Amino acid sequence: MSRVTIPLGPQHPALKEPANFSITVAGEKILSTSSRLGYNHRGMEKACEERTYIQDMYLLERICGICSHSHSTAFVQTVEEIAGLDVPRRALYIRTLIGELERIHSHLLWLGVAGHEIGFDTLLMYSWRDREVVMDLLALLCGNRVNYGINTIGGVRRDITAEQIAGALRDMDILEERTRYYIDIATSEPSFIARLAGVGYISREDAVRLQAVGPTGRGSNVAIDIRATDPYAAYGEVDFKVITDSHCDVYGRAVVRLLELMESYRIVRQVLKEMPDGPVTVKAPRKIPAGEAVSRVEAPRGEDVHYVKGNGSDKPERVRVRASTMANIQAVNKMMENNNLADVPIIIAAIDPCFSCTDRCVRVIGGKREDLGWRDLRRHGISWYRKHWGIDFGELNRKLHSLRGER
Amino acid sequence: MTREENVQKQLAGRFPEVSATIRIARERRIFVDVPEKRFIEVLDYVREELGFPILCLIIGLDEGERFGIIYVLSSSDGNIVTLKRHVPRESPVIQSVYDRLPNSEIYERELADLFGITVTGLPEGPRYPLPDDWPAGQYPLRKDWKPEMLGSKEAAINE
Repeated sequence: MSRVTIPLGPQHPALKEPANFSITVAGEKILSTSSRLGYNHRGMEKACEERTYIQDMYLLERICGICSHSHSTAFVQTVEEIAGLDVPRRALYIRTLIGELERIHSHLLWLGVAGHEIGFDTLLMYSWRDREVVMDLLALLCGNRVNYGINTIGGVRRDITAEQIAGALRDMDILEERTRYYIDIATSEPSFIARLAGVGYISREDAVRLQAVGPTGRGSNVAIDIRATDPYAAYGEVDFKVITDSHCDVYGRAVVRLLELMESYRIVRQVLKEMPDGPVTVKAPRKIPAGEAVSRVEAPRGEDVHYVKGNGSDKPERVRVRASTMANIQAVNKMMENNNLADVPIIIAAIDPCFSCTDRCVRVIGGKREDLGWRDLRRHGISWYRKHWGIDFGELNRKLHSLRGER
Repeated sequence: MTREENVQKQLAGRFPEVSATIRIARERRIFVDVPEKRFIEVLDYVREELGFPILCLIIGLDEGERFGIIYVLSSSDGNIVTLKRHVPRESPVIQSVYDRLPNSEIYERELADLFGITVTGLPEGPRYPLPDDWPAGQYPLRKDWKPEMLGSKEAAINE
């Protein structure tokens, strides 16, 4: 059969972010894939060299809307190491707490996206509804649904109260119950298993050779989790299991993420119950001494690596960031081999590439400037769609009423 | 003896010329400066004999007269050895480690695009991360590069 190379992206309905994959197929079968990235390159590393450490922290938190806490934690850890700061234990516990809540929201989001990619949109609706529980909790603790802004150099910016701890423990019970239900679906629903099993296969040897990270690696039985192997924040003091799976396919990656959710609830409970008393921050100098440090954080998608070199001024000499998707991109190309073209969206989605997320508060810039809250934003959205080409439910409702004989 | 001290001892024993530059920064973090002549040998030794097979990252540094290139290697038990080499600014050429560590490709392409370091031995493939029509000779992560150095066409896109 003749070979055809199909370009997918950088703009494509099956991709939520700009990336380009050149997929060579014979019929439906994928022979090889190569990728071109960089469409989202924003020059952040250069920008960091021209800003102060504190400005950089906020800038780097915006690398990703979902792993934002992971990036800011990795960065502040390097700066604290160079400056020789002794971060209070309570601050480390709060960082761990927010890190795990971020993982919970990211994994639930991934579950929904995976459901959507395989045509199981009910799963998307369910898991994203449940994700709102953890989003509200994050908003309660940090004041924001995304880009939490909880970290600062030398600790965290907000303390946590006893009532918040009680509320968070209640939320964990709700989420754990819902996650049990999803684990039940994932392990017993025949169509879910049949759709994912064997898709996007990558052997353990290839995963090691191409150095896949995070749930992508652990789904191929590579037992590396930075929280356990290179502990940071309070992870050295909590008990949790590194989840691995030997399916080596999209199904394995799904199982890893679902079981990791259960471990996250365990970590959150331990952190909340054993939260030490004391201050949440130490004073950090404005000028950071010369020196260098490498720091790693286990983001929801895998290992984030940050390198910072200081030169004694208030601005870093060099900042280098490696996000987890960058480490997984070669593995994706490998996974696609011998699969059907129609499996491409779920295979790409299975490494959980970084998606964008929106803040709950927007500022309408135009004739009138105003801040919109979550409720106002929702109302604004509904009225906007009514006014434009949205669905008018009024007519539909009238028809339904008349069909039921309720004139 | 801790794992870090053990690595330091073995590395210093095998390569006496690097012994003065080995620095244990903290638990699980070892920094080493390696002379350019023996770099690949040291890299292979640390990777294969000392048990650091994972390449986390390659970092470029502009140090004025020369470029620093840092290879961050990790063991599966969470230790990190960073190996630093130097190349002169006038002729920045390095040999790719793609044959040993295939995941080095994207990091080495970054060195080429952002620092103008020539990496020999990389397979054919698209550049990363700059656009295909990025003007030649502009290396944004060099310290002497400023956004104003872009022509008016590129600047207009950025506005």
